[in-house]
Amino acid sequence: MRKYLFLLIVISTGILISTRLFYLQVYDTSAQISSQNNAVKKIFDFPQRGFIFDRNGKILVSNQPSYDVMVIPKNVETLDPNLKQEFCDLLKITLEDYDRILEKARIYSPRLPSVVVAQFTKEEYAYLSEKIWKYKGFYIQKRALRDYQVSNSANVFGYIAEVNNSIIKKNPYYLMGDLIGKSGVEMEYEEVLRGKKGVKYLQMDRFNREIGPYKEGIYDTIPINGKDITLTIDAVLQEYGERLLINKRGGIVALEPATGEILALITAPNYDPKLLVGRERSKNFTKLWYDTISRPLFDRVLQGEYPPGSPFKSLTALIGLQEGVINTSEKIPCYDGYNYGGNKKLGCHPHRSPLSMVGGISNSCNTYFCSVYRRSIERYPSPQEGMDNWKKHLESFGLGNYIGYDLPPGKKGLIPSSEFYNRWYKYPKYKWYATATISNAIGQGEVILTPMQMVNFTAAIANKGWYYKPHILKKISNIDTISSKYTKRYNTTIDAQYFEPVIEGMFDVYNEGTAKYIQIPDIEICGKTGTAENFTKIDGKKVQLTDHSIFIAFAPKDNPKIAIAVIVENGYWGSRWAGKIAGLMIEKHLKGEITRKDMEAYVLNGSLLEEYEKPYSGKPFNINY
Amino acid sequence: MLGSKGIKFDWATIFIYIVLVSIGWINIYSASYNTTSTVFFDFSQIYIKQLIWISLSLILIPFILGVEAKFYERFSSVIYMISLISLIGLFFLGKNVNGATSWYFLGGFSIQPSEFAKAATALALAKYVSDIQTDLKSFKNQIKSLIIVFLPALIIIPQPDPGSALVYVALIFPLYREGLHFIYLLLGFIVAALFVATLAFGTLWVAISILIIVAIIYFKNNKNKPSIFKHGIIAVACIGFSISVNFIFENVLEQRHRDRFNIVMGKEVDTKSIGYNTNQSEIAIGSGGWTGKGWLQGTQTKGKFVPEQDTDYIFSTVGEEWGFLGSIGVVILFIALIVRLLILAERQKSQFSRVYGYSVSAILFFHFFINIGMVSGLLPTIGIPLPFFSYGGSSLWGFTILLFIFIRLDASNYINR
Repeated sequence: MRKYLFLLIVISTGILISTRLFYLQVYDTSAQISSQNNAVKKIFDFPQRGFIFDRNGKILVSNQPSYDVMVIPKNVETLDPNLKQEFCDLLKITLEDYDRILEKARIYSPRLPSVVVAQFTKEEYAYLSEKIWKYKGFYIQKRALRDYQVSNSANVFGYIAEVNNSIIKKNPYYLMGDLIGKSGVEMEYEEVLRGKKGVKYLQMDRFNREIGPYKEGIYDTIPINGKDITLTIDAVLQEYGERLLINKRGGIVALEPATGEILALITAPNYDPKLLVGRERSKNFTKLWYDTISRPLFDRVLQGEYPPGSPFKSLTALIGLQEGVINTSEKIPCYDGYNYGGNKKLGCHPHRSPLSMVGGISNSCNTYFCSVYRRSIERYPSPQEGMDNWKKHLESFGLGNYIGYDLPPGKKGLIPSSEFYNRWYKYPKYKWYATATISNAIGQGEVILTPMQMVNFTAAIANKGWYYKPHILKKISNIDTISSKYTKRYNTTIDAQYFEPVIEGMFDVYNEGTAKYIQIPDIEICGKTGTAENFTKIDGKKVQLTDHSIFIAFAPKDNPKIAIAVIVENGYWGSRWAGKIAGLMIEKHLKGEITRKDMEAYVLNGSLLEEYEKPYSGKPFNINY
Repeated sequence: MLGSKGIKFDWATIFIYIVLVSIGWINIYSASYNTTSTVFFDFSQIYIKQLIWISLSLILIPFILGVEAKFYERFSSVIYMISLISLIGLFFLGKNVNGATSWYFLGGFSIQPSEFAKAATALALAKYVSDIQTDLKSFKNQIKSLIIVFLPALIIIPQPDPGSALVYVALIFPLYREGLHFIYLLLGFIVAALFVATLAFGTLWVAISILIIVAIIYFKNNKNKPSIFKHGIIAVACIGFSISVNFIFENVLEQRHRDRFNIVMGKEVDTKSIGYNTNQSEIAIGSGGWTGKGWLQGTQTKGKFVPEQDTDYIFSTVGEEWGFLGSIGVVILFIALIVRLLILAERQKSQFSRVYGYSVSAILFFHFFINIGMVSGLLPTIGIPLPFFSYGGSSLWGFTILLFIFIRLDASNYINR
């Protein structure tokens, strides 16, 4: 016993220590993480975000340096009141802000950096950098901020914001304080523009000082700068369009029909993109975000859904021709409207009668298109089949669904199907017929489109039966890099031969029809006016507002260079605002200068602000006068 | 080696010694290496200094082995006396380093006499126990041998260097081997257990537990007519000890000692100040994983997160850079050395050699267990070096002398056989 007791103790101790080591080194892996955390520091090197150019190489968006004050909460020492006050003054925040920001940063992570105050200018940085050493745990991080060379196109560019927690969770690339494109091109081409952060791993010592690269820098990466992109946007046209829409609400979108390139994408009211850069950013953003009446952050071209009104009649005509229910010579009489059973009547405005197709389009005769629409549906054994066939034609123009452009997706609009009406009328308990959906013929009814969809079908008409999907990216790093999605031709279900009479009709609209007052010397425009009824809700009651002024057009008639859709909310009839604006845009694009100075002055000086105030005034008001 | 014909040294022990010293130096290199120094033979570098100490040890070894074995037995008392004087001399001539006056400074070198006192005490104890007139069954002799053991410790405690003093407890083992009653070991164990329990749970709970345990023992022994008086005395003594521990802890120990205990007892979790050493050391060892980060690749070691990582905490570097496999390798080497010494001690013919061998084994064991226990967070922070590993000339020399005297004794034992 005396011989072996000590031996026994020695062996047991050996086993005890081995077990402890096994637990520490193999079983419990938490030490590996803590070791990485306290000995290795990651330093990010932020790449330059790519610049944005217009189609003519004009620089629209570049970068400027900006300086964020960052904090690593675990390194922060409690400041004495004087020092704290001085620091807060330096950062232009209150003492309460300071405590709140620090607490938030601590909750996010005590050892990862968080932003304290973002986006100081170069001048502010110079002053701050002299003092920051006094405050342990705080440092200044240089970043590149957007520097906008133009005061327009905010909806095209979109804006950049700090990533939020849900993005950080989804995408490990982003860390607190990183910036990300939140809408527009900045969002769509985030990965191209952003580049890739570089990372340096530094070996730290116990005083949290850097003592050299970690593992001789084998894990380090250098930042890859973002790539510059060239847009299809014409900056001159874009700027002009935004000026034309001042004091109005609505949108303008112009395409090059032969390519699908977006020449201009304008929504009104818009805002100056510079508002969302710098120290005032969050204040300005809040202001824009909560403006729920004029909604400057709402892109009316992509997100606005409107009844298309009369421009839709060109599609009704095309479907009628394709379905063989009408020919170009047949004349249809109009007796102040269309009777569709019993004594129900869809009214029409005064014009000569009877009219053939060209005259029907140029005079925008409701009766003519109601007849054609009804025949197109009733050609089939059941209204359901007729309806779905009709929808199929429209879908081939890119309507009723997302078109697939390279911008945030916006809205789908609506082309009703048979199922839609079955539900609506509770089929088969109640039956419904073509006449029940007759308003669709003239683009009222259930049909709704976004301005982008309107311009897309206009381009398809200009091309006589096909289109390229609208897109906004022309080049990446000055090399043509258009996705194959945008070089694929989409054919409509309408044969090319049927477009001639419709185009003739649209040309007559401009020559002698509803848009004859916007004629511009030497330019042959094919267009169609629209005056769309619309409603809003005031205190839960449906109230009709002044009609939307709508115009679609392409020009020149032969070999079209531009297709355009314009909507001016509550602008009354089509040629009153939208037609004029489209004419001016077309002239600007084709000639580079304006000859119709009278028309230009009318639009630039015109304001609809009074009209927009009506529903909010609380008083009864008149519409359409 | 140097010896005359017929003398055979235990090469297994020497081999383990060389391996441990070499591995130790490799780790000291890593722990103290810094990239800014470009000169290879930079004398201000700790690993170069240690290399010099190792070389000097290798020169010292032939001298230790060259001396007649009888010399150590005959002069053990003198060596012990010199050692005691050198310890007492510290109170007058010693230099204060890190709060402990345990060092002499001689022409640029610092010497820590307590590192040499261990060998001296082991020799003196061996000499006393092997004396024909000594009988460990007699109470007087028991006390005398305990005085030999604890006299140096008593001098060392107030320096203050409780870690170095604690090692002398190891010498209870050779005494037990030579016939000291088991009750001393048991007493030592109960004292330690009561000490820890009092600090962990408080005197009240310890007192209640003692009363319950004593009562159970009393009623179980009912047939043997146990004396209620005896049991009462034991209970009162235990409770009294617990109370005095509490008193000592609160009133005699310094705050830093209290803190160290509290951390190991899990009473205070404070990773920034006092628990920092242990916490950092656990992180360093734990981050090694199975195979470690590789030599010179330890991030904790490079960042010098573990204080004293080239001396008392050198094992944290082993753990981080060589992983579980490397650490276990070192543990196995130490256990092998300690067991080898035990086996050698048991086969000694002279009682002097046996007691001395046993003492060497026990001292190395205590150092090994307390050091690695502390570094891996099993024991409170008690600052003692890891033999052959930790940086420091006195420590390396002290252990080299301690070990090689025994190798010399063992060799002469071999001729006689």
